[in-house]
Amino acid sequence: MRKIDVKEIENAVRDLCIKANLYLGEDVMNAFEAAEKKETSPIGKEIIKILIKNAEIAKNEEMPICQDTGMAIFFVEVGQAVQLVGGSITEAINEGVRRGYKDGYLRKSVVKDPLIRENTKDNTPAIIYYDIVPGENVKITFAPKGFGSENMSRTKMLKPSDGVKGVIDFVTNTVMDAGPNPCPPIVVGVGIGGTIDKAAVLAKKALTRPIGSYNEKEHLRDIEKILLKKINNLGIGPQGLGGNTTALAVHVESYPTHIAGLPVAVNINCHAARHEEIII
Amino acid sequence: MTIKKISTPLTKEKVKKLKAGDTVYISGTIYTGRDAAHARLVDAIHKGEELPFDVRDAIIYYVGPTPAKPGKPIGSAGPTTSYRMDDLTVPLLNKGLTGMIGKGLRSQKVIEGMKKEGAVYFAAIGGAAALIANAIKKAQIIAYEDLGTEAIRKLEVEDFPVIVVIDHEGNNLYETEREKYEILEEEK
Repeated sequence: MRKIDVKEIENAVRDLCIKANLYLGEDVMNAFEAAEKKETSPIGKEIIKILIKNAEIAKNEEMPICQDTGMAIFFVEVGQAVQLVGGSITEAINEGVRRGYKDGYLRKSVVKDPLIRENTKDNTPAIIYYDIVPGENVKITFAPKGFGSENMSRTKMLKPSDGVKGVIDFVTNTVMDAGPNPCPPIVVGVGIGGTIDKAAVLAKKALTRPIGSYNEKEHLRDIEKILLKKINNLGIGPQGLGGNTTALAVHVESYPTHIAGLPVAVNINCHAARHEEIII
Repeated sequence: MTIKKISTPLTKEKVKKLKAGDTVYISGTIYTGRDAAHARLVDAIHKGEELPFDVRDAIIYYVGPTPAKPGKPIGSAGPTTSYRMDDLTVPLLNKGLTGMIGKGLRSQKVIEGMKKEGAVYFAAIGGAAALIANAIKKAQIIAYEDLGTEAIRKLEVEDFPVIVVIDHEGNNLYETEREKYEILEEEK
């Protein structure tokens, strides 16, 4: 059994927090460049250029890409042949967030209680999803999530008879209602199946896929393509100021569900589709 | 797209010259305020208390910046989504606020208030926070320090880049531009 000290995880998390917030991934930059070429709206084109320039300034001056450095979301895969030593992994991740958000001059956006709303001042607690997987590694995916886009996300329990059309209509309407608010061009994560909570987690996890990747299942890949086209036909465009680049990508994930249900969740990400991962 | 340069204070006369679609570079003093600060400002108005700054002919920027690194006036500072301030905006417009900078849609109530009082709504590019920060030369917390990133700051800006999205006549760029690019599909 491989032993991993949780201190190693804490240090990795600290670095991931800073890296993800300062440097926009190559997948997003490539998507910007492709979109800039295709965009027909002059304002839209100009906005994409500004977003590219912003990412370059952020990188060169080591500043956050966006002031909303998000709530800290983690997907952690723990190999079942790993023994975690030196303390609690959850506490180690939270300590890594504390250090990363302090050392990186990142914004602390988390309140202790959703109704009393007192800032915790260190951006903890993080939201962490654990999976136990085969193997002897720990894989940590970090995706800081801003709430301009999170607030525009939706879940709906469709009927089985609503089928593919129901899913497509619901996702398209969610994006239409969101309009300019989630900072388009957006990335749309869609979770289909499971239960209400499972669908929501799938939708969020779908956002961590590299932009430009497609689902391996053919019927889901088809839905991704149809949705991307429909969403870009809405005309919302970059920042909602018109154009044919409303979304950079649509990522769909699914899970088996009950005979009586068709849960669907839509999680919207802004153009700063930040995600970083590390395997320890 | 017309490019205009304006300096603060943003008088009603200046507001009238700004049209939806204009690119504007703002120089001078602007104030920051978002969710929690707005709640306190409006509470102060209801109680008849003095506001921490004079909102007459002023511009409020909806932003919660990242902490400033040593030697910098401010951290990354892009706009936050404006609709969350909608229920708290009209009392400030009634007090003479003439400009708001944010991103995203506004309610009909806010648009009516803007038309009545003569105010303009600018959009800054959401997420372009590092680029925008370079237009901010000075920042000073002037109220509600306990709110951290949500405290009210007085900013000195130079050529701060925005777009007029809703002008004082209620012309709304979000509606007019989107319509141009919408592709309607036939129902199958």
